[in-house]
Amino acid sequence: MDTMPLLSITIFLPLLGALAILLNRGNGGLASAQNARWVALWTSFFTLGLVLILWKTYNSETSDFQFQDKFQWIPLLNVGYHVGLDGISLPFVLLSALLIPLCVLASWTSIRDRVAEYMATFLVLETMLIGMFSALDFILFYLFFEGVLIPMFLIIGIWGGPNRIYAAFKFFLYTFLGSVFMLLAILYIYFEVGGSNIPLALTTSFEPHIQTWLWLAFFASFAVKVPMFPFHTWLPDAHVEAPTAGSVILAGILLKMGGYGFIRFSLPMFPEASAYFTPFIFSLSIIAIIYTSLVALVQEDMKKLIAYSSVAHMGFVTLGIFTVDAQGLQGAVTQMVSHGLISSALFLCVGVVYDRIHSREIRDYGGLVYRMPRYATLFMLFILASIGLPGTSGFIGEILVLVGTYQVSTWATSLASIGMVLGAAYSLWLYRRVVFGAMLHPRLFSISDLNWREHLVFMPLVAGILILGVYPMPLLNLMDASISHVIDQYNLAMDPEVGENTDQKKFLEIALYSSDFKACPREGGEEP
Amino acid sequence: MIRFYAPDFELIIPELILVISALCLLIGGMLREKRRFPEVRSYGQIAIISLIISLFVLIIQDTSGAQWVTFEGQLMQDDLIYFAKILILAGAAAVLAILLPSMVAEQMEFFEFPPLVLLATVGMLLMVEANDFMVLFVGLEMQGLCLYILAALNRTQVMSSEAALKYFILGAFSTCMYLFGSSLIYGFSGSTNFEVLESVIRMESINGLSIGLFLGLIFTIAALSFKVSAVPFHMWTPDVYQGCPTPITAFIAATPKVAAMIIFLRLMMTSFLQLYGEWQSVIVFISFASMTLGAFAALNQSDIKRLLAYSAIGQMGYVLMGIAAGNDEGIQAVFIYLAIYLVMIIGTFGCLLCLRGKGHTGVQNIEDLSGISTLHPKVALMLAIFMFSLAGVPPLAGFFAKLYVLKAAISAGLFGLAILAVLTSVVAAYYYLKIVKVMYFDEIPEFPEVSYGQTIMLSREMKIVLNLCAAIVLLFFIFPNPLLDMAQRAALALPI
Repeated sequence: MDTMPLLSITIFLPLLGALAILLNRGNGGLASAQNARWVALWTSFFTLGLVLILWKTYNSETSDFQFQDKFQWIPLLNVGYHVGLDGISLPFVLLSALLIPLCVLASWTSIRDRVAEYMATFLVLETMLIGMFSALDFILFYLFFEGVLIPMFLIIGIWGGPNRIYAAFKFFLYTFLGSVFMLLAILYIYFEVGGSNIPLALTTSFEPHIQTWLWLAFFASFAVKVPMFPFHTWLPDAHVEAPTAGSVILAGILLKMGGYGFIRFSLPMFPEASAYFTPFIFSLSIIAIIYTSLVALVQEDMKKLIAYSSVAHMGFVTLGIFTVDAQGLQGAVTQMVSHGLISSALFLCVGVVYDRIHSREIRDYGGLVYRMPRYATLFMLFILASIGLPGTSGFIGEILVLVGTYQVSTWATSLASIGMVLGAAYSLWLYRRVVFGAMLHPRLFSISDLNWREHLVFMPLVAGILILGVYPMPLLNLMDASISHVIDQYNLAMDPEVGENTDQKKFLEIALYSSDFKACPREGGEEP
Repeated sequence: MIRFYAPDFELIIPELILVISALCLLIGGMLREKRRFPEVRSYGQIAIISLIISLFVLIIQDTSGAQWVTFEGQLMQDDLIYFAKILILAGAAAVLAILLPSMVAEQMEFFEFPPLVLLATVGMLLMVEANDFMVLFVGLEMQGLCLYILAALNRTQVMSSEAALKYFILGAFSTCMYLFGSSLIYGFSGSTNFEVLESVIRMESINGLSIGLFLGLIFTIAALSFKVSAVPFHMWTPDVYQGCPTPITAFIAATPKVAAMIIFLRLMMTSFLQLYGEWQSVIVFISFASMTLGAFAALNQSDIKRLLAYSAIGQMGYVLMGIAAGNDEGIQAVFIYLAIYLVMIIGTFGCLLCLRGKGHTGVQNIEDLSGISTLHPKVALMLAIFMFSLAGVPPLAGFFAKLYVLKAAISAGLFGLAILAVLTSVVAAYYYLKIVKVMYFDEIPEFPEVSYGQTIMLSREMKIVLNLCAAIVLLFFIFPNPLLDMAQRAALALPI
């Protein structure tokens, strides 16, 4: 087990599955569709199994990158294939590996044409996601980061709703625009550090005025991804027009790429700039929380409402990240994981009724509880989790973020708490209009409750939300060491005493992180 | 006493092979009874074989690492030129392979066609290995004239003749500028040789630059910018691309750009390197304007060849960014971008050429590709790969090309240009995505146009070339090292 490149196998196994599906597509008949579905399901289950093995053998005492794989890639450029996991990336890899099989199961009957291409696209997406969270080389990271765009563009554009072309283009161009600025920053860092190795760059200190520009470049990319106000306008369109599974993966994982980027890159590499821009981020986060909650209140499309609620929840995440204290950061990661579970579940709920009635308009619903009691129960659980009811994972994330924020700014905390109230408002109102009330529409009179496949899809999400809500310690312990590491690095850079004497700072950095690498940070990119 | 000087012919054996086969094909065609016959395909195949033979000879010669000057210093070969020649020969063979079925389909089975392609390739080879302004002129004209005739090949269509005439007149204009520039350079430096010019400029820059030399430089840049279709000398590109028959457009779009850009690079980086401060701002402006025009002008196009023309202008803008950087990184970037661009453009035109409508018409508008992904999934997938690669989306090869030029620009401190490059790249992504959208997201039209690509014409050579191009673009990120290695050796060859 030690010598096998387990992480690389985990990353590329879905890609092999996609190839297997595409090469055996045949002429696209029913047999090939069934074949594609099963191959995709088995492949994603195997990947989930591998990720669970990784989780089991992960050592949460240390903040080093584990399961590292290094291969020669482009020696001429000092760019190598370098992947590894630490306590911050592992939860997201787990989330990706969990959500993809659920997406495959959820699309089992709702996708009828070009099933093989659909499943193959999802598997390619899984490779890109797991690869992106594990990448420890900048060029590799950028490759995977952008590699998510093509599959998502195709998913929205081919299998999406009526306005899918506009949504697909908006998603692609908006995200592409943000990311190309990040590419320029990566190239600048490449020249500064002498290579594109991420652990090396994480410990290199940049001049404060350069830091500002680099921080802004990375911000351009991550802010669009998160999405932060005012760069969030692509999200409602993309979510509404995407097929159910597409929305699930978009809300469940793609939004987390931005949050992960902030924690992984902006905080450790650009601490002065992060401190400088923290008020800016706080303002944008609070505006996101309050404004998008108000917008969600007036939505008539269920998916659009949940999409805006996603933006609000991610506002908590960015709030927590830039507090840079243990509760804030842990809360942010927990909120991301929990939101991944909750919003996926909500979108799947919408998908369930959409499969039956083919409408997402709230006014076409009402009184579902009479014919779909089990669905109503599950929907209730997810709504309560979205509100942040204690006992569900939503509460853990939000309370940790608020505690962390309170230590930095009481104003921010109070305003963010208003968002929690608004969240309760639109969520409960949505639930009441859809599930309770009188059943007025004839189309609903023969609606059927959940079948066993849909039960299967919801079970892991229910388990995750409840377990995480009652006993979050496994997750918190997992990321503790890595998050403390990030905070220590940040405080080390911000500490004025140490900061003045850069030699002393360098020595301390080397001493603290000498387990990561043996070479001095400034002397080029040679790896041990 | 008569001095008998025998130049070292070994250097030009590849060119000689091409010339001899071109002449043989011409004579063979003339001696035939009829003017048109289906055996143009076999003539074309002979031409491909001769291209491959001369490529083989070139690889066997393997002069990598050495510098080779012959013909009294008028021809030169170093690593950059060597690799450029390999690119040109391989590109010409590949383009010819994808052209042949279409020549038959569009009823342009003239036997002169393969020899013209061979002679144009000889012109391009002469261009890149020129070490002297006169030889460069011969190469420019040889390539140019062959291309003008090729553009006019479809004599029955008015649009084709109009395009050829525009190409010829504008090309002649650029030749005038070139001659004026090189005559000024000759006048103010005393020699037409590149190396002598380099030493003269080095001496001059100590005393002060003569204005005549500088004017000559500007005119030469202008003439080469025409060949490369850089703004503001790009006017011929959209009309010629659209008007010429698609097979000829494929040829014009592929290798001539590579040859012209390589000689542009060589001139700027060797002879005029000392004047870097003067010409950098000019190239930066040309690059900036090309990228911007290429991005915005294509947004509203409905004709696919016109769109590809503006896309070519934009792509050449990125390559010029590498020249503007003016360092080792820049040379590597130019070479890598040209190599990848060649593969992408040959693949794109190959996909377009194999789709035929009623009466064997080729695709003309973007709408003619609606829903192709359900009819011809493999061709659609390949075209989608090439479109994403042209847009510069990872992990395809086009991303690495853009990465290199951006790296070169940042290493030279051209931050504004780099920012502009990425912004225009996003704008350009829109129309590349539009083609993917039309193929994948649109439905098959109920009453398709005449030019709707519902049938496929593929020959064996075409399949090989298309699959190879798609594989290279798709899998480049796994094995990038051979090309990057070649680029680094090419960069080291130029004395910077």
